[in-house]
Amino acid sequence: MAAVNPPWAMLAELTHGCPLRCPYCSNPIELTSRGAELTTSQWLDVLMQAGELGVAHVHLSGGEPLLRRDLTEIVAGADRAGIYAQLVTSGLGLTRERLAALTAAGLPSVQLSVQGADAASSELIAGRRSFAAKERAAALVREAGLPLGLNVVLHRLNLDDIDAIVDLGIAWGAVRIELANAQFYGWGLANRAALMPTRDQLDRAREAVERRRRRTGVELVWVVPDYFDGVAKPCMGGWGAVSLTVAPDGRVLPCPAAYDLPLDLPNVRDHALAWIWSESSAFRAYRGTDWLPEPCASCALREVDFGGCRCQAFALTGDPGRTDPACALSPDHGLITELAARQDGDLVYRDPAGR
Amino acid sequence: LSGYARLRHCPVRNSTLLVVPERIVV
Repeated sequence: MAAVNPPWAMLAELTHGCPLRCPYCSNPIELTSRGAELTTSQWLDVLMQAGELGVAHVHLSGGEPLLRRDLTEIVAGADRAGIYAQLVTSGLGLTRERLAALTAAGLPSVQLSVQGADAASSELIAGRRSFAAKERAAALVREAGLPLGLNVVLHRLNLDDIDAIVDLGIAWGAVRIELANAQFYGWGLANRAALMPTRDQLDRAREAVERRRRRTGVELVWVVPDYFDGVAKPCMGGWGAVSLTVAPDGRVLPCPAAYDLPLDLPNVRDHALAWIWSESSAFRAYRGTDWLPEPCASCALREVDFGGCRCQAFALTGDPGRTDPACALSPDHGLITELAARQDGDLVYRDPAGR
Repeated sequence: LSGYARLRHCPVRNSTLLVVPERIVV
């Protein structure tokens, strides 16, 4: 077996509990219960193994990671392992004292989510009052001297508000605004038609982002939409190539949307992280390009997009080994064009907490 | 370094890494 390059990054889903109910959430429909979560010592061991494996950057995410009372210990564990940590949070539950403890433990950066440019639009998606708490959290992060990233998931209900969203990010002191077009996995898949933008909306939003990039000192990141460009994304930088995800209960996934794929997911309770990364069947399943079907196998872009997203292929065709239907060359591309034209349905809000 | 950038040696890759949010400079 050829040597496998070490991973750069890890997504640590510390919990699936969350105070928000965002219908675009990419967490699985079947959330992990709080009682099934890894213990503090198990997370510390995972982080130490990850550092030894070569992981240099970890997103401490969820759900809402602030629900973990041991978050400060986990941050300190990442720091001891030599891993740069970014806290990915809704901001709810962040206090000056809590942030001071996290910073003292070695936390170097925070990414805050907001669901819209004002309280009404943000709370429509979040499913509860939360905007004022987010504004306070942003101020605390800046007061602590940490770099603030702002993440805004875009969809039909807020895509026309790009200018107001960018203005909000600047007002809150963000150094980076991630404008992330909704991706349809987990709860997002259940809400696909309710969240699906129109092509006109996307075109206008793209123009607004380009215009603001020319005038704004803040870094604006545009995460490409999946259903409209006719190209497959190089999902995760390639399967088992750049990143791994550890679920709240210790399962390890090549992609955070891979919960439903027909894979034998390994668990850190049973196996060393190095073995999971290099040798487990789940991580070897779609690594590299030898497994690619046609038309990918003979495509000039096969080393660029790796055949696209396995989870999207599975969600749309039932077979994770098929060419990503997002690609215009896929025999299943008609599924994408049909779904992209459907904008209807009511929002189904995420289960508020891991049961 | 900026206040939030971290510089470290990576023994796995025998490289120096400059790490900032979302990016690693090798």
